[in-house]
Amino acid sequence: MQEPAIQTGTLENLPRSSTSPPTRDVRAAALHLLLLAGAVLMIFPFLWMLATSFKQGAEVFNISLIPRQPTWANYQTLLESTNYLRWYLNSAIVAIITTASEAFFDSMAGYGLAKIKFPGRGLILILILSTLMIPTEMLIIPWYMMFTKAGWVDTYWGIMLPGLVSAFGVFLMNQFMQGIPDDLLDAARIDGLNEFGVWWHVALHQVKPALAALCILVFLGNWNAFLWPVIVIESSAMRTLPVGIALFSGEAGPEWQLIMAAASLAVIPVVAVFAFFQKQIVQGIALTGMK
Amino acid sequence: MASLQLSLRQRQALWGYAFLLLPLLFFLVVRIYPALSAFNVSLHQWDVMSVRKPFVGMQNFVQMWHDPVFWKAAVNTLLYVVISVPLELILGLLVAVAIQSVNRFQGFYRTIYFVPYITSTVAVSWVWRWMYFKNGGVFNQILLSLGLPAQSFLSGTEQALYCVTVVVVWQALGYFVVIFLAGLEMIPPMYKEAAKIDGATGWHVFRYITVPLLNPTIVFLAVLGTINSLQIFTQIMNMTSGGYGHGDLGGPLNSTLSLVVYIYSQAFYKFQMGYASAITVVLFAIILVVTLIQLKVLSRRVDY
Repeated sequence: MQEPAIQTGTLENLPRSSTSPPTRDVRAAALHLLLLAGAVLMIFPFLWMLATSFKQGAEVFNISLIPRQPTWANYQTLLESTNYLRWYLNSAIVAIITTASEAFFDSMAGYGLAKIKFPGRGLILILILSTLMIPTEMLIIPWYMMFTKAGWVDTYWGIMLPGLVSAFGVFLMNQFMQGIPDDLLDAARIDGLNEFGVWWHVALHQVKPALAALCILVFLGNWNAFLWPVIVIESSAMRTLPVGIALFSGEAGPEWQLIMAAASLAVIPVVAVFAFFQKQIVQGIALTGMK
Repeated sequence: MASLQLSLRQRQALWGYAFLLLPLLFFLVVRIYPALSAFNVSLHQWDVMSVRKPFVGMQNFVQMWHDPVFWKAAVNTLLYVVISVPLELILGLLVAVAIQSVNRFQGFYRTIYFVPYITSTVAVSWVWRWMYFKNGGVFNQILLSLGLPAQSFLSGTEQALYCVTVVVVWQALGYFVVIFLAGLEMIPPMYKEAAKIDGATGWHVFRYITVPLLNPTIVFLAVLGTINSLQIFTQIMNMTSGGYGHGDLGGPLNSTLSLVVYIYSQAFYKFQMGYASAITVVLFAIILVVTLIQLKVLSRRVDY
């Protein structure tokens, strides 16, 4: 980095490299234009989805983005002819419980491995981290066999069990727990807290941003999960939202307006929640990506 | 004093085991045992419909070697990776640099580009399937209104794989942008200022300062994108497959079939658990190699 400074670091070069205000404005405008064009491409599918969901009859195949006679009929038909609200509830149950479970167990294991000294903890950490290399695809067939034997197919427990703890979550929590100063924990121990109390009352507060980020990732992952749910779910009443939409759409054939209503109901609330917490969510995801 | 010291340490150890007991049990029963079981099943002719599940050694792997559909799925999967990952990296970096260099609406752009990433892949796959629809989908309507010929998109063997890849890139882009933005923010501005004072142009700053300093981020995202594309499943199941139970997955004519979709159809349509497990073992080996390459490259840090 220093060599070029010696070669060309003279004052004459200064005016040449700094752009004058008008060109800078033109460049900024061009950049905004490009970014806006890209933003339209990112958002257009959602607009088209919403537009179709409010259309009926021949208008479904009309190119206009704003329906001439917007109607709620597709949503009505969808809710009346399917278990849609039940699928919503199922997804919520699965996503909330797995998120709570991961927040609890991942942080507990992460804390134990980072801050409690006991024989064998290095081995346990390696064992857990090594499972990161196992792709889910390799596990679904044995899971299916095990769960069939245990009678867990088509149950909430069967859908959720594989996601109750994750190696990524343990790894992430372990990384952030290591950053907590030992003095802080020792002070809590001297104050009479046992190890459970130290973890629950002191350590968890220190890793709040990372824990929140983990919760967001786990919730999104389970809310949108498809591979394992589509295998383990058999009855319509147990379907989660992605499985319900996929199977309904496969059967709905060319009724695109109904399929788009189903997609809209799944997508819009998530986008609304995201718009509300976008700063925290984006920062959280960046945080977990960099560790 | 000594005995008290020891009992304190023992108490700590007990707490440690208490904290790890349930998680460890989980990883043994739900991750490690099934993984070993997958290897075992892959060595058997494991037809769900028959009672006998004879040990066949490497026969499933030999069958794979001679199975043209497996090779089709493998080549398709490779295509998904080599098309999607460079696109995600290049577009992600370009958008991130653009967002960083405009002074206003940074948060707005970041939010908009990130929206597809958080939405349900099943739902957006159906939205794209509708937009790609040959007779009356919005893309062909736009083409026709411009006087251009209609395209087959998902319904023809020539374009379907690329159409699926577009959706993969569209949905992943926001994640790449966010991670690149985080990486860009960690580059101390003084490096760029120093280079500019030295007379470096924008392109030179980007090529010789930004990109090398972003190297760990680029490697991380390249590996993540590769592993994700190796596991592509949901988009294909929802965009190019006929109705469920019809056995027509990854169409038309296997042109979009991926390894994971093939695993799924062998295991849960044809009930050939042994053969399907053998393919998962191959997928595991591929992902393992990619991960090891990542560890090797990442441990070689760039220093400035």
